[in-house]
Amino acid sequence: MTQPLREFRSVVRVAGPILAVSGIDDAGYNEVVHVLLPDGTMRLGQVLESRMGMAIVMVFGGTRDLDCDVSAVRFTGKPLMMPVAKEMLGRIFSGSAEPIDGGGRVVPEKEMEISGYAINPTRREFPEDFIETGISAIDGMNTLVRGQKLPVFSGSGLPHSQLAAQITRQARVRGTEESFAVVFAAMGITHEEARFFIREFSETGARAHAVLFLNRADDPAIERIVTPRLALTAAEYLAFDCGMHVLVVMQDITAYCEALREVSAAREEIPARRGYPGYMYTDLASLYERAGRVKGRAGSITQLPILSMPDDDITHPVPDLTGYITEGQIVLSRELHRKGIYPPIDVLPCLSRLMQGGIGKERTRADHADVSSQLYAAYARGRRLAGLVAVIGDEGLTDTDRLYLTFLERFEEEFVGQKRDEGRSIGETLDRAWDLLSIFPQDELKRINPAFIREYYRGEIG
Amino acid sequence: MRGAQMYEVVYVGDDELIGEIIGLEEDLATVQVYEDTGGITPGEPVQRTGMSLSVELGPGLLGMIYDGIQRPLTELGSISGDFIIRGVSSPALPRERRYRFTPDVTEGDELKGGAVIGTVPETNQIIHSILLPPHLSGKVTKVAGEGEYTVLDQILWLADRDGNEHEITMLQRWPVRVPRPIREKLPPVRPLITGQRVIDSFFPMVQGGTAAVPGPFGAGKTVVQHQLAKWSDADIIVYVGCGERGNEMADVLRQFPALIDPKTKEPLMKRTVLIGNTSNMPVAAREASVYTGITIAEYYRDMGYSVALMADSTSRWAEAMREISGRLEEMPGEHGYPAYLGSRLADFYERAGRVTALSGEEGSVSVIGAVSPPGGDFSEPVTQNTLRIVRVFWALDADLAHQRHFPAVNWLLSYSLYADLAEPWWEKHGGTDWGRMRGDLLRLLQKESELEEIVQLVGPDLLPEQDKFTLHVATILRESFLIQSAFDEVDTFCPPEKQYRMMRLIHRYLLHGRDAVEEGMTAEEAAGLPVAGRLARMGPMPHDDFAEQYETVLHEIDDAFKGGRR
Ligand SMILES: Nc1ncnc2c1ncn2[C@@H]1O[C@H](COP(=O)(O)OP(=O)(O)OP(=O)(O)O)[C@@H](O)[C@H]1O
Ligand SMILES: [Mg+2]
Repeated sequence: MTQPLREFRSVVRVAGPILAVSGIDDAGYNEVVHVLLPDGTMRLGQVLESRMGMAIVMVFGGTRDLDCDVSAVRFTGKPLMMPVAKEMLGRIFSGSAEPIDGGGRVVPEKEMEISGYAINPTRREFPEDFIETGISAIDGMNTLVRGQKLPVFSGSGLPHSQLAAQITRQARVRGTEESFAVVFAAMGITHEEARFFIREFSETGARAHAVLFLNRADDPAIERIVTPRLALTAAEYLAFDCGMHVLVVMQDITAYCEALREVSAAREEIPARRGYPGYMYTDLASLYERAGRVKGRAGSITQLPILSMPDDDITHPVPDLTGYITEGQIVLSRELHRKGIYPPIDVLPCLSRLMQGGIGKERTRADHADVSSQLYAAYARGRRLAGLVAVIGDEGLTDTDRLYLTFLERFEEEFVGQKRDEGRSIGETLDRAWDLLSIFPQDELKRINPAFIREYYRGEIG
Repeated sequence: MRGAQMYEVVYVGDDELIGEIIGLEEDLATVQVYEDTGGITPGEPVQRTGMSLSVELGPGLLGMIYDGIQRPLTELGSISGDFIIRGVSSPALPRERRYRFTPDVTEGDELKGGAVIGTVPETNQIIHSILLPPHLSGKVTKVAGEGEYTVLDQILWLADRDGNEHEITMLQRWPVRVPRPIREKLPPVRPLITGQRVIDSFFPMVQGGTAAVPGPFGAGKTVVQHQLAKWSDADIIVYVGCGERGNEMADVLRQFPALIDPKTKEPLMKRTVLIGNTSNMPVAAREASVYTGITIAEYYRDMGYSVALMADSTSRWAEAMREISGRLEEMPGEHGYPAYLGSRLADFYERAGRVTALSGEEGSVSVIGAVSPPGGDFSEPVTQNTLRIVRVFWALDADLAHQRHFPAVNWLLSYSLYADLAEPWWEKHGGTDWGRMRGDLLRLLQKESELEEIVQLVGPDLLPEQDKFTLHVATILRESFLIQSAFDEVDTFCPPEKQYRMMRLIHRYLLHGRDAVEEGMTAEEAAGLPVAGRLARMGPMPHDDFAEQYETVLHEIDDAFKGGRR
């Protein structure tokens, strides 16, 4: 696709973030276009649809103040490429990869297509290296491993940014000193949140290992469609070319999805649920599936996407489709937050699908799986009883039932709850779990192998 | 494109991407392309092939992993590296490998379509019958002698009625959207044993049956499918990863070669064909993947094998249909799905069944489809349309999954219309009381849920002792029988004898306990009996230990309740 200069002025329609350009016969699907404005500035766009005599173009900078007559549209004949280099580390870029930290452009070591390519499933290395985040509710019950994609489902006003920052700060793989990097993609977050992350990274010395892509709430919404792809391309370069272990934090996926919805609406597509396009599952998968490990390559990409659930509704299409793609989820609860518990992780709807391979004798501790399962059973029962008590009072409860209520309270405060700067080793986390489980008589611990009870149980025997 | 055929395969553009014609109008053809179409421009050439989208059938399928249009992923990896680059291809069946062919026919034999020409030992266990293509018949004019052949070597020469000569190789093609013909469809007769208690004992599947596993994300659909692929007693497994995760395919590829089939003592991978078209691979190939899978399943069925096909997830397939239909600007039905959603699903599940093949062999294809309803809401079109067709329904439940009650099969919503078919088998392999026990235990669970509702209103202490006892036994049933961890080394597979015996212990405990409570024992006293504790953790107990203790525990139950009955 190396055609001569193809420049057109014939914008025949502007609809939302979409332009229709006439007179072009050979626009390539997904080809990059430059939309030139009268004031000499340029906006990036991409071909969504091409037919004889017409191209439909999505403009990432938005179409605000674009005008059918004066804009010129230049077709570049290339897919969206991004220059990448190791010296991106420590830098801050806009949501479309322009440096915004006052530094110069990076000298590219390589150009990569930002849409990426699917990893051949036969080349995937199954992720099983335990990442200790220092957060009990995660390490103990929803263990994260290298190469996993584990989103945080949150809501407005909940401390997801603090949690993400704490994980970024504390995460380590025990017994290794391998090189790591953080790639942060912000989509539609507030200036305050952006500042929070920059400050966090600076104070903890993580800045030097971090690349930030910032699309803030007042930046063009359509730019959000490229921001995560740029970030993931940078991550792939650092992971698979430079051999680093990369943690990608993407916030807020909901803002990304709204941008998708906007494009879809402008194209008058038939929506699936709540106005979101029918291909949103596939589109989100093209981001999330870029996490992983590849056989024979040293690095890895671990994703921590953050999304806000509109109305705290986990069945909303954004969390729903995300949950169907990612390898589990960490769910924050407004109720726990109100009770003053940090991090307000509601473990019941949480899940880490890759936990099984990352824990156990050689990796964490032999009793880990049983303990986690028992905590779940006990907490679920405690919650059910608490619900019952709320309706009918606690008169009819048995002594055992009351133990579950005690457990419930202590579990939330002592196990889930921890300080913002408190990192617990996995040993500490499991010991805490045994402290709590030991309030039950032994035979309540049906999910635990008796051998572990003999080793770790601290309650009254008999 | 005048003269082109519907469903004809074409090569699109300068990169010759593989596509299929899915719409024809005058001289305009609509093509769905199975690869990423980035960079394609109007005016690029399209070449016709004259063939429908087909799969290659022949020895060498077992142990392979393909994408949705049967491109071998391992081979693609050695051509293009770690990432899937478009425009690469490689033959589905290895061309160089030689197989030991033993003819079954001789010169002069009259053959009908689907007849067995000869055999190849594909693995130590699987004898691969080479079948005459279904639409051919005639007289054998020459047949290759016993020896080593590649899939492209001619092994049979056939003269049809019109005197045309046909040269037959071990490699044959079949269009994926067309069911392979059979002689006769037969009713299913025996259960598909999966080693999963809640399935085998409560909601059984049969060989040649259809089942659906719907559930919200994280409820355990994939684990159920993987468990069935690992432990079910089918001869051949076709596993279709349709629009799901790359790591799940990697997981299968990592585990299956190391796992040993309890029946044949061979690595599980040797009886498995994987189709992996993950969520980030092209949508059109995802749409094709279930057809690719079921065609391969039918092919082994025609040799007389019992084949089980898992499709995870049929919802992603339906979404692929929706996406393609949307691009065609067809009239949308419910939730934007095309109006033909229901009939496509029905046609797919209709390809399951126990049959007499053209060769006269008896084989079966069992189909188990995962369904991923948006928001976990079963009233959506894919779940509803599927429910109309399948005979087994394992409804997975978010609440159970949250408590880590796995498999999270909701016992109130799930059903199997094959329970009656399974009963004679269980009577023979377990005992004659199987049906009665199953009924009693299912009723126990039903009763539990009614009682739970009452408890929600009045609290537990006002319940009569007998009801308290019911709740107590139901808890035992749930925790020690229904819960079964896929990750427990022992409990991942529970042999039928053990299932039957576990059921029997709990049932005995229920009946004798009821009597004892009738005679004055309290539910709390019953719960405090040592034997109640013996019923916990039976699953993870090594099968031999369990078998040894079984009789003892049975007697302990009898003894324990004697006091109460006195
Ligand atoms: N039988 C089981 N034993 C133990 N754990 C299980 C079992 N079934 C499910 N799980 C747990 O639940 C998790 C989610 O299961 P699974 O991946 O099968 O869900 P799913 O329904 O396929 O979700 P999705 O629709 O998102 O693919 C597993 O990773 C595992 O931790
Ligand atoms: Mg799944």
